[in-house]
Amino acid sequence: MILIVAEHAGGKLSKSAYEMTQAARDLNREGPLTLLVLGSGVGAVANQAALLADQVLVADSPALAEYDAEVWAAAIAQIAAEGEAHTVLIGGSRSGREYSPRVAVKLDAPLIEDAISLTDEAGELVADHYIFLARVTERIAAAGPVVVVTIKPGAFSAASPNATPSEQYDAELDLPERRLSVTGRVTEKSERVSLPDAEIVVAGGRGVGTAEGFTALVEGLADQLGAAVGATRAVVDAGWRPYSEQVGQTGKTVQPKVYIAIGISGAVQHLSGMSKSKVIVAINRDADAPIFKESDYGIVGDVQTIVPALIRELKGS
Amino acid sequence: MRILCLVRQVLDAEETVRIKDGAVDLSGSKLVIDTMDEYGVEEALRLREAAAGVEVVVLAIGPVRCEEALRTALAMGADRAILVESEAALDVIAASKVVAQIAEKEGIDLIFSGGQQADWDSQALGAATAERLNWPQATWTSALTLEGGQLSGRHDIDAGSETFTLALPAVVTTQQGLNDPRYPTLPNIMKAKRKEMRRDSLVDYGVQPRLRFVSAQVQVKERRRKILDGKDAAAAANQLTDLLRNEARVIA
Repeated sequence: MILIVAEHAGGKLSKSAYEMTQAARDLNREGPLTLLVLGSGVGAVANQAALLADQVLVADSPALAEYDAEVWAAAIAQIAAEGEAHTVLIGGSRSGREYSPRVAVKLDAPLIEDAISLTDEAGELVADHYIFLARVTERIAAAGPVVVVTIKPGAFSAASPNATPSEQYDAELDLPERRLSVTGRVTEKSERVSLPDAEIVVAGGRGVGTAEGFTALVEGLADQLGAAVGATRAVVDAGWRPYSEQVGQTGKTVQPKVYIAIGISGAVQHLSGMSKSKVIVAINRDADAPIFKESDYGIVGDVQTIVPALIRELKGS
Repeated sequence: MRILCLVRQVLDAEETVRIKDGAVDLSGSKLVIDTMDEYGVEEALRLREAAAGVEVVVLAIGPVRCEEALRTALAMGADRAILVESEAALDVIAASKVVAQIAEKEGIDLIFSGGQQADWDSQALGAATAERLNWPQATWTSALTLEGGQLSGRHDIDAGSETFTLALPAVVTTQQGLNDPRYPTLPNIMKAKRKEMRRDSLVDYGVQPRLRFVSAQVQVKERRRKILDGKDAAAAANQLTDLLRNEARVIA
């Protein structure tokens, strides 16, 4: 079987579950397409999953209320082994990237990380993924009775649900003790649309001058466009913005329809988090800034006058 | 207590990636220690400075040139280095088998690994190693303290961050903000030359690659590069809005 670990949040199946389902359908390997739902009180999620899969396995237990890498890896490896899964698909979220290596080691399987394409070529699983801070696309292949793959968010289109739901089965699991004790949690909160889901992202760099400049220019334009707000590492390090807004190698990866970079020079580490955006727009005073080479549109000039003019222009119509 | 820091030698971020015969060609390019690994070395040194009887061992798996990255770690202050020589690139699942064997042989209590590799963009080595050793892990760690054999810290999760406690032995992967890595001073660079640099052969570890490399190509997305002059801000704003609405059709 093809085993998909269905990510969910707030009682709803996540977009990544639909994308992984599409990847699995395109892959067209033999055996039932199986969605695994892990959590506590996940009946509604399982019902959504039943419309995507040939069968759904549900592990609904208070012990699974909170994510833990070791618990998740143990649960998934048990189910993959018992069901003789030949392909295990895991979301390329921070948690998926964290527990998937443990699943691979438990199953003695190769691991393909962050696949953007996936095909079966004579029994071998072939995938493309980005390397060198997303500047290079590498094609790799893995063979074996079972292969573990994480799927990059946004790389596949969302699968459409079937007309009739599939069967659901309860999964019996033997779970390990938790060894990482969580003592507190800070959840990112934003009144705006979340960065990875946003169709438009307005991001600011040091070129906006000050924290106040960031608020006026970047938030001002984002509000006008209904966009999410992003920031460079320099801006986060300076304390102008929270880390949750950082885009780049050590922050978030985004690929919106349009990314508007204000006062951002375009360091490789930043580009690695946004270079897959459909359209990139840059506003910067330095005509030689690397960001312009990566841009579809740009304005060379003072962000302090251009961005307010842009906000006025958008308001005016 | 003994700490193992995994170190990689990667392309300097300022360098252009070149492809030759369908593979990344690093010859003649400036190579440096991976910043994410520098955080790990720095954190290990701080733990050594805060307690007595701590040894910091650095490990690289790769071609002989990786000794340069190990020398950098030694010059920062690490005690000794191990290079497991491998000409071919080794995928992380295979590499974790080497790391786990060394951790067991050397009696390691704590392993630091970079949160994400700057060359293979992999985040898996720390967790794969932890699984092989049956140790717990904390990934994307941005703050860490050690007291009485117990780690406390903060790390990033899917949406936000958590504070945690964790008993040793454990694997910790790094994240920006963990610390500000020190620069090697000249006396320390000199001292590093006399520190132990052991060379092992990959053959001794009985490891087989688990992934087959097929090809690589530089990611080129053709951009329109329509760059406007912003001297007249209002006119440029008007023109840009028009392009985004009517040519790119990305805003309403």
